Amino acid sequence: MNTPSVQLCLREVTRVFPAVDQQKSLHALGPVDLDLRRGEFFSIVGPSGCGKSTLLDLIAGLARPTAGTITFEGRPVAGEVPDGIGVVFQEDASFPWLNVYDNAAFALRRAGMAEKDIRERVDPMLSIIGLQAFAGAYPAQLSGGMRQRLCIARTLVTRPRLLLLDEPFGALDQQTRLLMGDELLNLWRQTGATVFLITHSLDEATLLSDRIGVMSARPGIFIDLVDTAWPRERDSRIVSDPAFGRVTGRIWEMLRGQSLRALAEGR
Amino acid sequence: MPGAVDVDQAVSAVRREGPRGWSALTDTVLLIVAALMLWQAATMLIGHEVLTSPLATARRLSAIMADADFPAHAWETGRAFGTALIIALAGGLTVGIALGAHRLSGQVAEPILVALYSIPKITLYPVILLLFGLGISAKIAFGVIHGIIPVTIFTMNGVRNINGVYFRAARAMRLSGMQTASNIILPAALPEIVSGFRLGFSLTLLGTLIGEMFASQRGIGYMLVKAMEMNDVATVMALALLLIVLATTASAVLLVIDRRLRQSMVAQLGD
Amino acid sequence: MTRPGKYRWALIIAALALLEAACRLGFFSRQTIIAPTAMAAGAWQALGSAEMRGHILITLASVAQSIILAVVVGFAIGAALYCLPRLRRTLDPFLASYYAVPTFVFYPVFIVLFGLNRWPLVAIGFVFAVMAVIINTLDGLSRVPRGVRRAAKVMKLTPVQHLFFVMLPAAAPWLFTGAKFAVVYSFVGVIAGEFVLSGAGLGHAIAFAYNSFDNTAMYGLMLLLFLIVGGINMQLWTWEQRLYARRG
Repeated sequence: MNTPSVQLCLREVTRVFPAVDQQKSLHALGPVDLDLRRGEFFSIVGPSGCGKSTLLDLIAGLARPTAGTITFEGRPVAGEVPDGIGVVFQEDASFPWLNVYDNAAFALRRAGMAEKDIRERVDPMLSIIGLQAFAGAYPAQLSGGMRQRLCIARTLVTRPRLLLLDEPFGALDQQTRLLMGDELLNLWRQTGATVFLITHSLDEATLLSDRIGVMSARPGIFIDLVDTAWPRERDSRIVSDPAFGRVTGRIWEMLRGQSLRALAEGR
Repeated sequence: MPGAVDVDQAVSAVRREGPRGWSALTDTVLLIVAALMLWQAATMLIGHEVLTSPLATARRLSAIMADADFPAHAWETGRAFGTALIIALAGGLTVGIALGAHRLSGQVAEPILVALYSIPKITLYPVILLLFGLGISAKIAFGVIHGIIPVTIFTMNGVRNINGVYFRAARAMRLSGMQTASNIILPAALPEIVSGFRLGFSLTLLGTLIGEMFASQRGIGYMLVKAMEMNDVATVMALALLLIVLATTASAVLLVIDRRLRQSMVAQLGD
Repeated sequence: MTRPGKYRWALIIAALALLEAACRLGFFSRQTIIAPTAMAAGAWQALGSAEMRGHILITLASVAQSIILAVVVGFAIGAALYCLPRLRRTLDPFLASYYAVPTFVFYPVFIVLFGLNRWPLVAIGFVFAVMAVIINTLDGLSRVPRGVRRAAKVMKLTPVQHLFFVMLPAAAPWLFTGAKFAVVYSFVGVIAGEFVLSGAGLGHAIAFAYNSFDNTAMYGLMLLLFLIVGGINMQLWTWEQRLYARRG
């Protein structure tokens, strides 16, 4: 499908890890089909090991699919990170040798932006993300959650058109997660970026997303795509909406069996 | 922190290590062949009175090893090295665990240990000779002072880097000191300890040989220094070749053990 | 001063006092070891002698050359090996065995190659030090956290930017350790060479004193050597603490 509103197009994307030594080959993911609309907020939920992170790697161009095609803004994605994509990883990617401000400014400096322009982008971002007071601090002095927020800020200042997030709030407690979710929605609305979020929290997926993809146990395929039909101007208080419980219930109904399967397989 | 085990690294390293077995063997063979060719080229460039060719070196080595005196020399070196190694490894392990487990002692001792490690041990040779006289105890002492400190430092770091949670679990299970050491500390710090052992092995061997060069009338070190004095390049290179083969084999064995340990550790922690 | 620091100084002073007492009371023969105060006197004497100062300076010059060569070449080879993982895997067993061979047995070879000057000594120091730099460079580069490497990949940096702005700063603590090893091992190599076959330098002076049964001079020079190396290491340690205190 090549309508201009479709920003990311996955067709029959599959990932098989080849056999190495004693280990057999591993069919990790797919075949997966997906169309991401420009400006949409899309989440994936699925049991452990279903291949969510693998899918993110493939979309970002950090790995090649064994089969199938990935198209971003009309151009195929194959082994190289396309321009306009930003990624926030599950693991800590903050640069320990730079302070918070320099971390956030890093990509912009490497791209040759003027210091004045950098400041105009980084300062507001740091205050939105709540790290303004720590601009001179080093990652070693921050908590895990703060470091993760730093990584988000660092990615967002580059104004990506597609933002990929792999369980970005994993290190945070529930209440902070909800607040960070609100901030993410704000930033999403302000930048107009498309967001692709991986989370294991059903609440989070339901709360934040326009659409939710439910994945099966490994090898992961989409067993359902749920439309939430939330208004764009939403925030965490939507948890009190009766539709919230219905969506979450529907997801869990499909997901429960898959999770039991994954648990039985020792993941 | 230099020396610490990063599980992520271990996982990706194990995943990314690629084909082993036959392919690794051919790679090693290729490497050895390339090294031999370089050696031969160097000999032809520099002149074979200065640098003996691979073939001549191999011939000299087999002549040396076939010689009636050789077993006595080899036994002498082996005896001294073996004793020194046991002392260095056991001593380094014990002291390292003690210093790593007891925070304050470790903090007090570490700069001293690092300073001792940094002293060119050659400065201590005259002292050792004066203290132990000429003979096997001086050789053993040389070997020990070379090997014991890296083993201690690596062990200490390995123990220090153990997740505090394990110690709390040990106290909750009311394990005694010895039980904690053998059941928790040792397995948890094992990769670091093995790294220390690998380095300790080579350095203890070096120390023992140097001891023989200065303090003995027998042993491979003695053969080495005699050949140096008589400008017998072929013998010097033959013995060096022997040492390289020995140390490389030992190092390879320890490396295999090291990898097996990391892999089993990774498997236990999941991916 | 910190609590461990206080204990440490107490320990060192106690050990020295013990040695002093043992020597003065005759537990050790003067032929074997002399009292610390006598060592200090010997060191002072050596510093006063222009000839000795000359030996010390000539050694320091060779050591400095060895350090610079080892660091530059070691970093380069370490980085190159990092980019060639297959070669690195194959070389791994040999890297650890490198230090089992007394490399100064090749001193005669170096003399023929470079002549009867200081270069063979620099070569020994270099050969001894370079491997430690390579090993630490490799170690540091391979310990760059996975998250950091992946983030850098997504930022679409040029290979040069990736090396200088991400890999090197990330590996800096290990590179510094490699440099520290280069300092120590250069001293060891040069002085060992001077011990064995040289007419000049601190190592030669110590060997000469030993052979002349001049314990005062010998221990004095050894103390000087210890203080020089110790002093350099302490300075390196201080720089290291300052540079990397914030990194955690």
